[in-house]
Amino acid sequence: MSTTQNEWPLWEVFVRSKSGLDHKHCGSLHAPDSAFAVQMAREVYTRRQEGVSIWVVKSEHIVASDPGEKGQLFDPADDKVYRHPTFYKLPSSVDHM
Amino acid sequence: MQLSNTPQQRYLLRIADAALILSQRNSEWCGHGPILEEDLAQANMALDLLGQARALLTQAGLPDGLDEDQLAMQRLEHQFLNPVLFELPHAADGRQPGDFAFTVVRNTLTAVWFTLLWTKLQSSRDAEVAAIAAKAVKESRYHLQHSADWCVRLGDGTADSHARMQAALERIWPYVGELFQADEVDAEAEASGLGPSWAGLRGEWQAQMQAVLAGATLTLPKDRPNAHGGRLGVHSEHLGHLLSQLQYLQRAYPGGTW
Repeated sequence: MSTTQNEWPLWEVFVRSKSGLDHKHCGSLHAPDSAFAVQMAREVYTRRQEGVSIWVVKSEHIVASDPGEKGQLFDPADDKVYRHPTFYKLPSSVDHM
Repeated sequence: MQLSNTPQQRYLLRIADAALILSQRNSEWCGHGPILEEDLAQANMALDLLGQARALLTQAGLPDGLDEDQLAMQRLEHQFLNPVLFELPHAADGRQPGDFAFTVVRNTLTAVWFTLLWTKLQSSRDAEVAAIAAKAVKESRYHLQHSADWCVRLGDGTADSHARMQAALERIWPYVGELFQADEVDAEAEASGLGPSWAGLRGEWQAQMQAVLAGATLTLPKDRPNAHGGRLGVHSEHLGHLLSQLQYLQRAYPGGTW
């Protein structure tokens, strides 16, 4: 059995489903290095034609906001509907905004 | 089952059976892989091989009006024409799920071989075969990349992993010669433009293997004389056991579908 020391690092996997679209986070996996992480991501996350491009990044390199600060970070936006551009009339020729 | 056994049919069956039998072998890792990701990888690659086998079996059966299922599920052991290399179990001692080093070594040397073969088959005079090869070569290139990567990691890994890889290489080597033996089926395929003579692939195969093995700090074993005749239907004791699993359902419930 592997000890904590022998465990492979965790990688976050991002897959671009079509050219022109964004890479989207789709999961994580363990791999010894970046090349292997890409290869394993291909096996695990693109076997049903999900993607045309893969990014991986070590999970430890992702800095996340603190869930404990959720209230002060995000709640103040609740009552600021004027920040949405919903009060403008769009020309009909503009399909998606 | 009666087969016309023309050289063309035998040539196609040799390749189809190599893919089918290796697919069945590698799928034995399903649920038993050393890590989750590799478990999926082996299953993915086994399915690629199964797809290649299905396409070629369909082609091989046309002259006799037989379909892929009949050829895969109802032929007898001596009618399978894969080289013995493809049917060997993953572990010499029958240990389950198997010796992963052997899996890696076999997948690497068969992926080099398949890649060379599919590359040449793309210009087969048989348009169907050429189309099958064009699809398959992309798959086998990936199999090669994946397997060669493992080869280097384990060969050039710890003392233990290196020793296991070298032992696997020594175990498989006597079976390699059969891949490149020239015979009338081979010569006929080359002459008619159906596909390359396997014998002619040896030089390039050896050069590519040497490069991979050098990167993996593994030593190329000495060639040893052998008398394996899987391509003539003379198999090791292992194929019968493999077929008894592969064909069980159709033997127990002939024509069964779901």
